[in-house]
Amino acid sequence: MSSSLLFVLLVALSVLAFQLGKARAIAVVGGLRGVRDLHSLPGHYGLLTAIWCGLPALVVFALWISLQDVVITQLVLADLPANAMAQSAQALMLNDLRNVVAGNVPAEMVAESTRVAAAEYLKLQRIAQLALTVVTFAVGIAGLLVVRARIRPDLRARNAYERVIEWALFACSAVAVLTTIGIVLSIVFEATRFFNIVPITEFVFGTNWSPQMAIRADQVGSSGAFGAVPLFAGTLLISFIAMIVAVPIGLFSAIYLAEYAPLEVRKVVKPLLEVLAGVPTVVYGFFAVTTVGPALRVAGEAFRLPVAGESALAAGLVMGIMIIPFVSSLSDDMITAVPQSLRDGAYALGATRSETIRQVVLRAALPGIVGGVLLAISRAIGETMIVVMAAGLAANLTANPLEAVTTVTVQIVTLLVGDQEFDSPKTLAAFALGLVLFLVTLLLNVIALYVVRKYREQYD
Amino acid sequence: MNETAKTPPVAPSSKTIGTVTVPEPVFSCRDVDVFYGDKHAIKKVNIDIGRSQVLAMIGPSGCGKSTFLRCLNRMNDTIVGARVEGMIQLDGHDIHDKRQDVVQLRARVGMVFQKPNPFPKSIYENVAYGPRIHGLAADRAELDEIVNTSLRRAGLWEEVKDRLNNPGTSLSGGQQQRLCIARTIAVNPEVILMDEPCSALDPIATARIEDLIDELRESYAICIVTHSMQQAARVSQRTAYFHLGDLVEVGETDKIFTNPQAKLTEDYITGRFG
Repeated sequence: MSSSLLFVLLVALSVLAFQLGKARAIAVVGGLRGVRDLHSLPGHYGLLTAIWCGLPALVVFALWISLQDVVITQLVLADLPANAMAQSAQALMLNDLRNVVAGNVPAEMVAESTRVAAAEYLKLQRIAQLALTVVTFAVGIAGLLVVRARIRPDLRARNAYERVIEWALFACSAVAVLTTIGIVLSIVFEATRFFNIVPITEFVFGTNWSPQMAIRADQVGSSGAFGAVPLFAGTLLISFIAMIVAVPIGLFSAIYLAEYAPLEVRKVVKPLLEVLAGVPTVVYGFFAVTTVGPALRVAGEAFRLPVAGESALAAGLVMGIMIIPFVSSLSDDMITAVPQSLRDGAYALGATRSETIRQVVLRAALPGIVGGVLLAISRAIGETMIVVMAAGLAANLTANPLEAVTTVTVQIVTLLVGDQEFDSPKTLAAFALGLVLFLVTLLLNVIALYVVRKYREQYD
Repeated sequence: MNETAKTPPVAPSSKTIGTVTVPEPVFSCRDVDVFYGDKHAIKKVNIDIGRSQVLAMIGPSGCGKSTFLRCLNRMNDTIVGARVEGMIQLDGHDIHDKRQDVVQLRARVGMVFQKPNPFPKSIYENVAYGPRIHGLAADRAELDEIVNTSLRRAGLWEEVKDRLNNPGTSLSGGQQQRLCIARTIAVNPEVILMDEPCSALDPIATARIEDLIDELRESYAICIVTHSMQQAARVSQRTAYFHLGDLVEVGETDKIFTNPQAKLTEDYITGRFG
């Protein structure tokens, strides 16, 4: 029986278990009239039965599927006479074996021993599948019967079921947290390997970035230099330009929307701004490349300024536009959260609208707005698509926004695009850059969340 | 402030019992209506507010007393859909006149709110805010003087003189409310409106505010909305009873509480509803 069919049958069995458990619960109290004598609702008994029928069976199913291949391969290999052959030969044979089993290669094209092994493999696989079916159903039905037998009026089915739900929710959050920890650990691990080859001081303080490594010993040039300062500088320059665009425009539009705009305008403009936040960054990217970049160059020519085709200015401007809704939406939330009583207090003293906003409302909302801006900065630093398309690859160490610069994210992309070997400093450098990026944005987010939370405590 | 205002005549259609007029009023309100959208919140109210006295406004929840109070410094302007009709004169000048700047009106008619609402600034800056925006102080020394005097008059000086730079929100509820009163006094208004100023305070803080109101009465006309009839009896000289947007009865506080003329007033005061 195929695995997917088995899975469907398992679900059907659980549904059946639900019905059986529910019917049993009603039966033990002598029909629907007796339901009030049950500790929980009949449905809860049904759910409990279904859970104990389905969950253990599913766990067995999942473990079996994930381990089956490894176990069978080991068994097949153990049977082979050429057990002592070299590792590389064994790997090669295993590859052939898999191809034959999967039907990619006709059996006649491989060695005799492999053909035998493949047949053995297929046989074991059939047995395993059959065993899996039997075992899974046995577990499921056993669970069903045990729980059904234990259904009595005083069985606290609701509490037991709630506890299972709690564990299920915990498992989901654990997946998110564990994945994050796994990613961080892998970055840290790979970055450590990089720092074993390239000294951390060179990476942090070096001003020359040229990650191409010589592949052959006699190759000229491309010695590989991993001074990341130009990358950090480029990232900061572009983020800075982006914030110069996004913070004033975002903040002022938030003030207008929250304090001045008539309800009808607010109803239209606010969703529109949020649509702007939903535009994929790659679209902003080609907007930067095809429109803003050339426009800046033309404008530069008018002033006799040399503007590079891919300039920090173009990338920064477009990134700023991308972040405007982010800043505006967060600031708007913070401004509308300022209690009306504060505004009334200022108005009652004879403050005008703009005095009230500048000196009272913004003052009260400031911590929240600062938190929002910090979050926006961390987004700008981590933003990739726009800079990949519009900022260029040249690692220039410059403060001139008209020149091309490169950023940490762009370099990570370039280092990892295409065929890679994962033991050269060139690829490992991407992990070191990723680590820096991760630490910086983590720090910014922690500060921002702290500031925002502190602000919330004040007014709730 | 300027020439003695005459008391405008009251339309004979007024159904309010008692004497609505006073000689030389600060405020004269004639046939004032307030609408929130379609809701008729205040119906043809006629009342004068006298100098150097406290007028208490009482009545069950939703009777419109707070709404009427907010008409006097045009705070209803900030509410979308609110519409005020009729005549309200401050010192003989219509406050809805085009030449009347609402900012200046509010400087002359201060307001204290139900919940203390100090600004997110220091104690000093809270009091200095009004004088600053109205340019009342020529230099820092003068500003210090205004802050000092206002805090003294609000009875807060002794408690905060050593920590003027602490945030206003760090004070206790009763202190915050006195800070808000000091803030209002600092712009030197003629009238102070108080919208249930003690409802968020404990009895001791309430007693302090009531003492303060009694002292302030010498220099300001005070209008107080309150839910506590004892408070109205303690602090006011005149009392106005509102019911569902109507001004039912106005009179000397003693008379209203001992010998109310209207049935509704009597029922409310004796605790039959409200």
